[in-house]
Amino acid sequence: MSIQNISLSGRKTEVSNKKMTFAESLYLVAIAKGLMITIRHLFTRKVTIKYPEETRELSPVYRGQHMLMRDDEGRERCTACGLCALSCPAEAITMKAEERKPEEKHLYREEKYASIYEINMLRCIFCGLCEEACPKQAIYLTKSRVMVKSDTNREDFIYGKEKLVMPLDMAIRNTQMQTAN
Amino acid sequence: MDQAIIIEKGIFILVIFAITMLFAMYETLAERKIAAWLQDRIGPNRAGPGGILQPLADGLKLFSKEEFFPDTQNKFLFIVGPAISMTTALMTSAVIPWGDHLEIFGRNVVLQATDIDIAMLYVFGVLSVGVYGIMIGGWASNNKFSLMGAMRASSQMISYEVAMGLAIIALVMMTQSLSLREIADGQHGWRWNVLYQPVGFLIFLVCSFAETNRTPFDLAECEAELIGGYHTEYSSMKMGFYLFAEYASMFISSTILAVLYFGAYNYPGMDWVKEAAGVNVASILGIAVLFIKICFFIFFYMWVRWTIPRFRYDQLMKLGWKMLIPLAIANIIITGVVILIFDN
Repeated sequence: MSIQNISLSGRKTEVSNKKMTFAESLYLVAIAKGLMITIRHLFTRKVTIKYPEETRELSPVYRGQHMLMRDDEGRERCTACGLCALSCPAEAITMKAEERKPEEKHLYREEKYASIYEINMLRCIFCGLCEEACPKQAIYLTKSRVMVKSDTNREDFIYGKEKLVMPLDMAIRNTQMQTAN
Repeated sequence: MDQAIIIEKGIFILVIFAITMLFAMYETLAERKIAAWLQDRIGPNRAGPGGILQPLADGLKLFSKEEFFPDTQNKFLFIVGPAISMTTALMTSAVIPWGDHLEIFGRNVVLQATDIDIAMLYVFGVLSVGVYGIMIGGWASNNKFSLMGAMRASSQMISYEVAMGLAIIALVMMTQSLSLREIADGQHGWRWNVLYQPVGFLIFLVCSFAETNRTPFDLAECEAELIGGYHTEYSSMKMGFYLFAEYASMFISSTILAVLYFGAYNYPGMDWVKEAAGVNVASILGIAVLFIKICFFIFFYMWVRWTIPRFRYDQLMKLGWKMLIPLAIANIIITGVVILIFDN
């Protein structure tokens, strides 16, 4: 096994240094072969995805828009501890905490909840560190499966709680599916 | 009698002009679509069903751009450059025989704007004047890169004109006439000139790629080497004119190729059609056949563009002077010998 025979990728080709024959130097055969290769591509399937009529398949761990989760009884999980804002490398999350009133016991899990929770989608880099940092499993990027839509206004990109919290009917459906099993 | 001819020719010229413009417009769309299909993707398909209205969108976009004049004293030349390119690209279509005659209302309508005896010389003359459009545009831009692009383009065009003319000489020796109508009539049925002059056809094909500045000979306007070449400083409709003139000259080159070598409006079985269905139907079928050949050559231009890499400048010059001209002269000699043998 000399150094000349080793090929790590298995795609080694020997290059010849011979001068071209007269017929080869006309390049006519080479041009014809090239034209045949190109014309074959005319009849292959095209790889374009015609957005927005078609969308591409997202993988199961695709990190899209954030979703603030609810538990089995429909109560919001987030306790406004601020760990997600601390861990965010782009400083995209801001929040304001408030105390839970006695009549709101069915809305929030613990006594502290986030009254204002805003994520600036222009700053967010969708890294998922907030999802990893949350101690209450309250924020997930892999559950909503939507991409953040484009817009023309800078202010419209600051998403508040009404855009980020899991919809109530989705929480009810999850609970029903779990109790059915 | 005179008035009728003037009206008839006037309408004919207007129709030819409209067809040339339409073809050049849709060639821009065809270029993008064919380029896309050859690269496993689909081209523009949003403007109108399947992208049909894309040339309109492109035209409107170009009209709405800012009219920019660089800092030069030659404002007149700056405007005249694209005008010359466009004019010479359109002038050639006057002498091309588009079909056999039609018989409408008892009049014999010849499907050619003018039938001059020296039509081939006229075509070459107009082609040579077309070089001026690029040179003037590059000079008037007051820009080193434009000037270099224009120089390269003009030297390339004049080198390949020599080989083109020599290839045509062999053809003229065979057909004994410079008139395009007689060349077209001499290719009746199956006897297309490409079967008698294959080497001449090859030389003419390569030279026509070089004359219209198409890849692989598009050094003058490639973006990677010269930013924009001679049309760097142009914006809005003047730029549109340069691009349009290139597509119009591509259309005209395809037509000349089809007329000279591929039997213009002749197709096998044309005599049978003439007797079975009459002169008009045969002529209209001939016009359709000519347009099919033109479309095939336009597709061939675009097919080659996306297959072959472009020539380096010295390779280009070497090909034009040291390889094509000797080959064309050898072609003339062999054609002469064969003609002598067959005449005896």
